[in-house]
This record gives sequence, C-alpha cells and structure tokens, in this order.
Amino acid sequence: MHPFVRSNASLIAVGVIGIALLVGLPLALELFTLLRVTLFVIFAILALSLAFIWGYGGILCFGHSAFFGLGAYAYAVSVINVGDSTLPIVIAMALPALLAAALGYFMFYARISDVYVGVITLTVTLIFYNVVNSTAGPQYRIGDVHLGGFNGIPNVPSLNVPFDPNAVLGPQDMFWVCMVALMLVYFGLRMLLRMRFGRVLIAVRENESRVEFLGYDARLHKLIAFSIGGAIAGLAGCLFTAWGGFISPTAFSVVQSAQIIIWLMVGGVGTLIGPMIGAALISWLTASLGSQQTVDANVVLGTVLLAFVLLVPKGIAPIVTDQLMPWFLSMCRSKPSVASVSRKDKT
Amino acid sequence: MDLAILVGIDFVNGVATLALMSIGLAVVFGMMRIINLAHGEFMVMGSYSAAVAYHHNVNIWVAILIVPPIAVAVIGAIIERVIIRRLYGRMVETMLATWGLSLFIVGILTTIFGSHTEGVPAPLSGIKVGNYQTSGYSLFVILMSVVTIVGVYVVLRATRLGLLARGTMQNAEMAAALGVDTSRIYATTFAFGAGLAGLAGGILAPISGVFPSIGGSYIGRAFITVIGGGPAPLVGTVTASAMFGFVNQLATFLSNPVYGEVALLVAAVILIRLLPNGITGRYFRRAL
Repeated sequence: MHPFVRSNASLIAVGVIGIALLVGLPLALELFTLLRVTLFVIFAILALSLAFIWGYGGILCFGHSAFFGLGAYAYAVSVINVGDSTLPIVIAMALPALLAAALGYFMFYARISDVYVGVITLTVTLIFYNVVNSTAGPQYRIGDVHLGGFNGIPNVPSLNVPFDPNAVLGPQDMFWVCMVALMLVYFGLRMLLRMRFGRVLIAVRENESRVEFLGYDARLHKLIAFSIGGAIAGLAGCLFTAWGGFISPTAFSVVQSAQIIIWLMVGGVGTLIGPMIGAALISWLTASLGSQQTVDANVVLGTVLLAFVLLVPKGIAPIVTDQLMPWFLSMCRSKPSVASVSRKDKT
Repeated sequence: MDLAILVGIDFVNGVATLALMSIGLAVVFGMMRIINLAHGEFMVMGSYSAAVAYHHNVNIWVAILIVPPIAVAVIGAIIERVIIRRLYGRMVETMLATWGLSLFIVGILTTIFGSHTEGVPAPLSGIKVGNYQTSGYSLFVILMSVVTIVGVYVVLRATRLGLLARGTMQNAEMAAALGVDTSRIYATTFAFGAGLAGLAGGILAPISGVFPSIGGSYIGRAFITVIGGGPAPLVGTVTASAMFGFVNQLATFLSNPVYGEVALLVAAVILIRLLPNGITGRYFRRAL
C-alpha cells in the first residue's frame, strides 16, 4: 500500500464512509427519514464543535448551547431582514465566534480554569435564556423581526443558492449541504490538529504550565480554539434554524447543553469520530422515545449519561477506532500480505 | 416608612431564600469537594414529599419541616452508596454523573406525578405593615434560613460528628489512621447535605409551586452562590447569598424579575473573574 494511504488510512476510511452516506442515503431513504437524518447530521456538527474545544482544548464548556442558540438567532434575524441567506450564514458563524473570543479573553487571560470555566459558560447560557425568553413584547424587534420571547421566531426561510434568494434549497439539497458541511468541519479540524497549532493545543490540554515554560502562549491557543468551536456551533445553529424554519429560546436551554455533553460522553471525549456517532445515536434515541408513552425520555437520557460516566468513561470511540476501523480496512485490502505483517514486526 | 420596611423585608427574603437553597450544596462542596448538580432535584423531591405528606393529612408544619429532610437524606444516602462513592476525587466526572442523575430524577418524578403543578398552601396568613400587607410566610422563610444556618454551624462545630467530619475533610488518611470510619463520614456528610436540600425544598414548596422541572431554576442560582462563596461552606454561603441576593433584589426593584435574575448572573460572572476561588478563597480563609 502507498505510504500516504497507510498513514492516513482512518481519514480515508471516514472520507469513503462520508461520501457513501452522502450519495447513498438520499437513494435509500424516504424523504421523511432523510429529513430526520439531516437533523442528526446538524447535531453531529454541533457535537464536533464541543469535541474540539473540550476533547482537544481541555476547555470544559457547560454552556455550549449559548453559541448554538446565538448562531440560530443570528441566522433567523438576519435572513428575515436580508432575504438572501448567504450573508446570514457568515453572521451566524461570526457572532458566536466573537462571543467566544470575548468570553475566552475574559476567562483564559484571567487564568480561570476547569470547573470555573464550566460555571461561567453555564451562567452565560442562563443569561441568554432569560433575556431571550423575556423579549415577548412588540417593542423587542430587530429590523423587521419580532424576537417573540418564549414563542420564538416562526417562518424562517431556508437556505438558498448563494446570492439567489429565489432558488431555495429543497430537503434533499439541504441534506447534501449539511453532510458536506459536516465533512468540511471534520476534515478541517483534523487538519488543524495536525498543524503546529493543534499540537500545541493538545500539549496545553496535557500540561498548561509546561507548555508556557517552552515559550508558547497557552491562553492565546485556548482563546483561538474556543472561538473556532463557537463558530462551528454557530454554523450548526444556523443549519438547525434553516432546517426547521423555526427557532425558540429552548436552543439556549441548559437541557440543550446537557444533550451535547451526553453526545460526547457516549461517543468518547478526546476523539472527533465518537461524538459524531454519539450525536446521531442519542438524537435517534430521543426521537424514537418521543413517539412512545411508556418511558420518560429524561429517565433514559439520565441513565445513559450515568452509565457512561460510571461504566464506559471512554465512550464508544475506542470500539470504533480499535475494532471496527481495522476490520473495515482489512475488508478493503484483498488479503493480508506477508510483507505488511513483517513490516509491522520491524517497527 | 412602611414601604421602606416592606422593601427591606423583600431584600432580606431574597438573601434568605438564596442561602436556604445553597446551604446543602455548599456543605457537600465545601466538605467533600463535590458539586452535586442534582441538588435542584433533591430540593424538588423535598417539595414533593411535603406535598404528598400534606395530601395524606399530615400536619402542615410536619409536612414541610420534618418529612422532607428525612426523606431526602435517606435517598441521598442511597445515592451516595450507589453512585457518588465511585467518583471521589474526580470533580468533573462527579458533575457529569450528577447531571445524569438530575435528568433521571426529573424523568422519574414526571412519570410518578405527571407534569402538572402540585400545591402546598402557605400555613401563615398575611401580616399588616401600616397600610400595606405582606406575606407572613416570607418572614417565616427568613427565620428558617437563619435557624438552618445556625443549626449547620452547631452541628459542624459542637457535635462529635461535626468534629469527625471536619477532621476527615482536612486529612482523610490521618483520620482513618486514628480510627475514623471515613467512608461512613463521607456518606453521612452527603446525606446531611441532601437533607438540607430536602428541607429547603419543603420550606419553599408553598412559594414556588411543585412540579418536576423546577429544580433547573434552583440549581443555577445555588451552584453560582456556592462557587462564588468558595471553600468555606457557611461564611461563603452567607456572604455570597447576601451579595447576589442584594444585586438580584435591587435589579428586580428597579426593573423586573427577569433582569433581576440576569443581574445576579452577571454579578456572578464578574465575581468569579475577580476571585476565581470564591469569596472565602481570598477573605475569611480560616472560617467555617
């Protein structure tokens, strides 16, 4: 096998699976199911953003829904005002990134770490939730949009072809857009983590003071990582609003933040592939739980989170990377050659 | 003048409620370095046990003051044995596990009681202050908050159990070497904190109404007060709730309750930025 292929085998495997899903799912699934799968894909993007800042940056963010909700609201408000969805997507990523940068400057440059970052981010989410919830009156409007308080903003237009507001994307196009966005985010983060920035970031997670002794600015690295995570969460919020055509303050709720953390715990903190799978699995689980009456969804979610923290603290990612992926790769090879085995012995 | 008294009662009531909500969480955090994110649900279980007891014709005072702390302390002891025990020393994992626990309890409560609001009537009628009328129950809440804090002080300071608990928290190995059953001390402390949460839930039940998801509105404020207060459970809770309660009431007085809550949260963020270890991490370090 070509050395490039061998050293990037898992990346290529993810790419192949991604493209297979991108092409195959619209053919295999009914439109209704495809719509639901699109939502899972959007949540996978959201999971990736927290996977990056928590799993690799070591920043414990308990209020990640602040960025998700801000992106969602920024998109809703700007797309109704502008009409064309091109600029609103940019705004929906830029605003959460700015918020993250401001918060990050506030926290990391004061050397606040660990649990206290969790408290502050949670508090910020609560602030957003309270404020947006209270904007029910007619005086709360931005341009043509009533914020609507707890009723949310209805009738948000979906995405359109860039600079052509009349060419609105259909459900199937929406799936492709979300899937491509997910793959771009995944490979973008992978690339970032291989670059010098990503390596320093991981080093900061492992030992902040040692990294500083070596002359790197840990604060700046955390700040940038946090902003990138904010932007990605904003993108997820934007796609979420465009997908459903509706946004309400529950996007800011603590339950939403808890969900993202559950995806990560199930998938595995410290990986990128795990949280995507966790997001899809748990969203599928909650969606199917919502359609029956016997068990309360919170009981199941709580049990899942408890069980993973106590029994499977590494999540399901190790199962995927250590067992499924080699199996998938060995399926790709025709048969294990003697050469590759002996080469493995030498290294 | 009468109005000033009323506003004064409001301010003190805000502070007292906050302190009552936080004291259980603060004891567990200060003594055991554990953040129990299911604290709000512990309070809700206290409220429900009060409501159930009341509807079974238990005397109202017994239903809100005696039943909830006992019921929730027992549940807390069980939870400590099954879950918390496995996670000592791992703060983040404990937070995640108790977050799961809080979802679980909300779900169970919804399954048992449904999501409608149970009522417990306030056992005290209004009190006249000059030309105005104020709720007698809010004076009772202030009184109970003071009694609870003094009670916790006495338990920690003057009883053998409190002495053993403080010793174990300072140096568990040394305490164990001197013959203290430390795992039992941890369990008792956690149950004690849970009982305090139950008591708060019982006392607040007539004011806030009882429904499964109300714990979420308690935990945010309690959590912030405890972190803002820092490591010393009593002094930290009192100073932090005095400060946050004052800010909250002031903003509520000037605008509306929503911005009161927002002002509290903003004050908390600023306080944690200035004093990352809380008030008692910098001042009153040797206090309890």
